[in-house]
Amino acid sequence: MTTTFSHTIPERAAVDQSAYPTKLQVNNLNFYYGDFQALKDISLSIPANQVTAFIGPSGCGKSTLLRCFNRIHDLYPGLKTEGELLLNGQNINDKRIDINLLRARIGMVFQKPTPFPMSVYDNVAFGVKLYERLSSRDMDERVEWALKRAALWDEVKDKLKNNGQALSGGQQQRLCIARTIAVKPEVILLDEPTSALDPISTGYIEDLINELKKEYTIAIVTHNMQQAARVSDITAFMYLGELVECGQTDQIFTQPAKKQTEDYITGRYG
Amino acid sequence: MTQSTSGASEDVTLGATPTEQSAVKRNRRLDGLFEHTTRGFALLVLLLLGTIMMSLAISGWPALSEFGWHFFTEDRWAANLDRFGALPAIYGTLVTSGIAIAIAVPVSMGIAIFLTEKCPAALRRPLGTTVELLAGVPSIIYGMWGVEVLAPFLQSHFPTIFPAGTGLATAGLILAVMIIPFITAITRDVMLTVPPMVRESAYGLGCTTWEVTRSVIFPSVKGGLVGGVILGLGRALGETMAVTFVIGNNLFFNPTVTGQGTSIAALIANQFPEADGLQRSALLALGLMLFVITFIVLAIARVMLNRMDRRAPK
Repeated sequence: MTTTFSHTIPERAAVDQSAYPTKLQVNNLNFYYGDFQALKDISLSIPANQVTAFIGPSGCGKSTLLRCFNRIHDLYPGLKTEGELLLNGQNINDKRIDINLLRARIGMVFQKPTPFPMSVYDNVAFGVKLYERLSSRDMDERVEWALKRAALWDEVKDKLKNNGQALSGGQQQRLCIARTIAVKPEVILLDEPTSALDPISTGYIEDLINELKKEYTIAIVTHNMQQAARVSDITAFMYLGELVECGQTDQIFTQPAKKQTEDYITGRYG
Repeated sequence: MTQSTSGASEDVTLGATPTEQSAVKRNRRLDGLFEHTTRGFALLVLLLLGTIMMSLAISGWPALSEFGWHFFTEDRWAANLDRFGALPAIYGTLVTSGIAIAIAVPVSMGIAIFLTEKCPAALRRPLGTTVELLAGVPSIIYGMWGVEVLAPFLQSHFPTIFPAGTGLATAGLILAVMIIPFITAITRDVMLTVPPMVRESAYGLGCTTWEVTRSVIFPSVKGGLVGGVILGLGRALGETMAVTFVIGNNLFFNPTVTGQGTSIAALIANQFPEADGLQRSALLALGLMLFVITFIVLAIARVMLNRMDRRAPK
């Protein structure tokens, strides 16, 4: 595996936007924590098989937006979402949507690794078992497949029976990614997935994101602007609950349309 | 360190001034005192446990040596005949506590799961407070309620099962009601120690509440869960007042679970104030048995926990 840590913006051929159909469409989304409005009239579309990065200073609402996509907010009382959120054209805020199935379709990886208290193998198989009945051979194959996709197989293939919580931090995070992709979701949400990791593990995860977008649609929240520049195709800049600007990553980082975006990217605030 | 190589000075004061040196001395003395004091307190616990056990053993010895193994097989506690068998009381203690745990554990887990996972915000605090208040209700209240309300209710509604109303099963029910708040409060608290992100990850995979609880939350906190159950069991084993009220105080061995019986604590509470001689000694020996049973239960729990840890993937 090659790992690069370039801090320059990579050259990238101009991408024809129309080649990637819209996976997730956000229409006039408002979100409230009690009386506090955390998202203000957000509209954007997330194209399939692309990496969309959300950047912005702490508290700008980027994680809140990401968490709207799999309705994890529903776990907590007093939170309110308004507006439309379409996955393949279906409004996921519809009450008739089965929330557990939705979350199986839209996987999520968190800031810190969250392995479950079970073996490496069971960690990966756990989500699969919820919705599929696989023979043990098929399950073995699925687990191996997911761990290979997460670039973890070689490191854990001899300790599949070991506790997932005994792996190193970087391995745990890749285990969580394997667990997420094992379910074969359509969209993967990454909420600052490398913020607790060292540079080498971060490099692994970034390479992985590049690989995964061939099959999945990826949305990533990151505080690290170099990371956004390195891994994303589309970048959305948010500030104080509003979507300031959203466009091709190259364009956002080289010729932002808004002054606010430029100020943030050049480090004048945030 | 006595080995000094060439060039190294024997002086180990790090160049301290006299003021600093006296401060060092004072600190060392105080810290030593502190350490000895805390160690003394800790040893006091062992001493206390040892002396209680020993005094029980010494006072109970006349009865134990008089009856030998018959103390455990004799099926009656007959003071008028000077025949003292612990069997009815030990049986009653184990059965009532077993019933209590069998009822209380699933109910408590259910309440705790609801409180942590599903409860609407408006209900969470009042319900939680109610649970804590219930845990603080004195046992005599439960005892009176058992005699006044529960026993007559059981007797009138299920006369074939509870002919007397009171009995081992009734005591078990009362004990269950008493330890439910205990186990619930502990279970809820340990469940809340699971980081929200872990919980969200499980829900984020598409888990239902049941799957999250069973596969992720409970395994994460199993030590705490077992601890809660053991605390409840400990309370049930030793509970005296409420049990004395509703157990029936039948001093003859009766294996019927819904029949009247007695427990170690109830028997002691009933007879100890007016007992002397062999009877007093037998009651003290009975107390020793309660001590031993509680010990064994704790030990079994510890072993179970270790086994679970060993079976769990490392």
